[in-house]
Amino acid sequence: MDASRARGRGGRRAGVPATLWPYLLIAPTVIGFAFLLAYPLARNLLISFQHYGMAELIRGNADFAGLGNYSAILRDGEFWQVARRTLWWTTVNVTLIMVIGTGVALMLQRLGKRMRTLVLVGLVLAWASPVIATTTVFQWLFSSRLGVVNWVLVRLGFDSFQDYSWFAHGTAAFTVLVLLVVWQSVPFVAITLHSALTTVPAELFESARIDGAGGWRIFRSVTLPVLRPIFGLVLSLEVIWVFRCFAQIWAVTKGGPSGATTTLPVYAYQVAQSLHRYDLGAAAATLTVLVLIGALILYFRQMFRQEAEL
Amino acid sequence: MSARPVRVVLRGLPLKAGALVVFGLSVFPVYWMILTAFKPTSDIQAETPVFLPTSLTLEHFSDAVTADGFWSFWRNSLLVTTGCVLLALVVALGAAFAVARMRWRGRRGFVLMVFVAQVAPWEALLIPMYVIARDTDMLDRLTTLTLVYFMITLPFTIVTLRSFLSAIPAELEEAAQVDGCTRAAAFRRVTFPLLAPGLLATSLFGFITAWNEFAFANMLIIKNQDDRTLPVWLSSFSNVFGTDWGATMAASTLFALPVLVLFLVLQRRVATGMTGGAVKG
Repeated sequence: MDASRARGRGGRRAGVPATLWPYLLIAPTVIGFAFLLAYPLARNLLISFQHYGMAELIRGNADFAGLGNYSAILRDGEFWQVARRTLWWTTVNVTLIMVIGTGVALMLQRLGKRMRTLVLVGLVLAWASPVIATTTVFQWLFSSRLGVVNWVLVRLGFDSFQDYSWFAHGTAAFTVLVLLVVWQSVPFVAITLHSALTTVPAELFESARIDGAGGWRIFRSVTLPVLRPIFGLVLSLEVIWVFRCFAQIWAVTKGGPSGATTTLPVYAYQVAQSLHRYDLGAAAATLTVLVLIGALILYFRQMFRQEAEL
Repeated sequence: MSARPVRVVLRGLPLKAGALVVFGLSVFPVYWMILTAFKPTSDIQAETPVFLPTSLTLEHFSDAVTADGFWSFWRNSLLVTTGCVLLALVVALGAAFAVARMRWRGRRGFVLMVFVAQVAPWEALLIPMYVIARDTDMLDRLTTLTLVYFMITLPFTIVTLRSFLSAIPAELEEAAQVDGCTRAAAFRRVTFPLLAPGLLATSLFGFITAWNEFAFANMLIIKNQDDRTLPVWLSSFSNVFGTDWGATMAASTLFALPVLVLFLVLQRRVATGMTGGAVKG
């Protein structure tokens, strides 16, 4: 005890002034963000205003192109097609994810303990499965000849699905990707909303019921207000995540067949990777960031409303 | 008297059926992956899918494990993942402590920066990262991947550690300081043990994110194919195994297993940590 006290006092005397400590503690984080986040973002902006192809990558110097890359992209018909598809992709996925996720959360609330644990374990399993592992599984489930999905569909009487090749048709490939992303994303929404619901005292629902409120009324007057802040947060996070989704699409279809599953992040990557047009890719990435900022503003408004409540 | 229980049972029925459907749909792909990995090839290629196999084999696992480079990709993934998690934990612990326990000018701005970084569209960094790595001769290196994953995991590591730290009363540390500990010793002896579950959950998120990361691994490791990570290798399984679904599913199972086990073991803690930080891997 004595020794530690002595060491303690000594440590304090020799140490840095107390006002400096917080800054020392955050210094590595700030340095990390500066070099690994801010600098690459700035560099991206710079590249998007330059002529930057394979030659520039090797030589290391590049000329300025002004707004050339942006006007090239914005005049490209494919870009607008991709932008529209990205919007559609985000809307379809997020709607399905939120509706199903909320439904499952409300269901979990009503289930008995044993059933609830069972469903939670299932959700956690789906949630925890690594993205790339599940993409291979979905390719297996939807494989044309031996895939179990085709087998079930044929059994149900849809004979046209005999040996149906899901990844050769645009809409079908898009559907498989939607199913994959929804399957992976519902658990987060369901579990988060469910744990938000468990923070509500059961008496609140009980007293509403005693006051004669029906199921719908309880949902509107008790459940919904309780869920609203966390719901907004989850919604904006899902918009951001689905919009940014890259690994699944790239691993399953690489944006194909004939561009039917190319969304903005895939497009930016394709332009850079296969055409070696790093400048156009950078411009597309900047445009993607600009769109995302809208979603971010939504997110931060929710976030700080939450922070204020905590 | 007897009618009521029947009605109650009937009312509960759609709910239970719905629960079973949700359970089945969430579990089936995982079940199908593991099952295929263990099935004999004749069962995999059967015209009628075999849902409950009569015999199991480890043949696909040995195919996957002996496939070209499996162990070096496994080792690469493990090195990069643990490296980034440890780095992020150390750096984040300092930052989380400063935010949760100290008052200083610029604190709000720092918190805002962390939140911005948490949702930063880091896919937009693919191209500049490639160019920067190329310029500085850092392409095709696992160190580069470790640093990038550190950047990706750091924000949510800070946010979640902060929420775990705020849940531990500062008075405990103050009491230890009154008893003669330094601030550092008070933290080490009092708060750190209480923080252990938080550190565990947080490093799990980091582990999963880095273990799964695909886009940067795919972009930054190009020439040196031996330095690839498991997700990239697995995504190109058709080049490795052709249409050998047994080996592919065995490789996927081996890839998913550590995460699945960790997640199931830490299930409850993960859920609370997630809501605390509102993050996803």
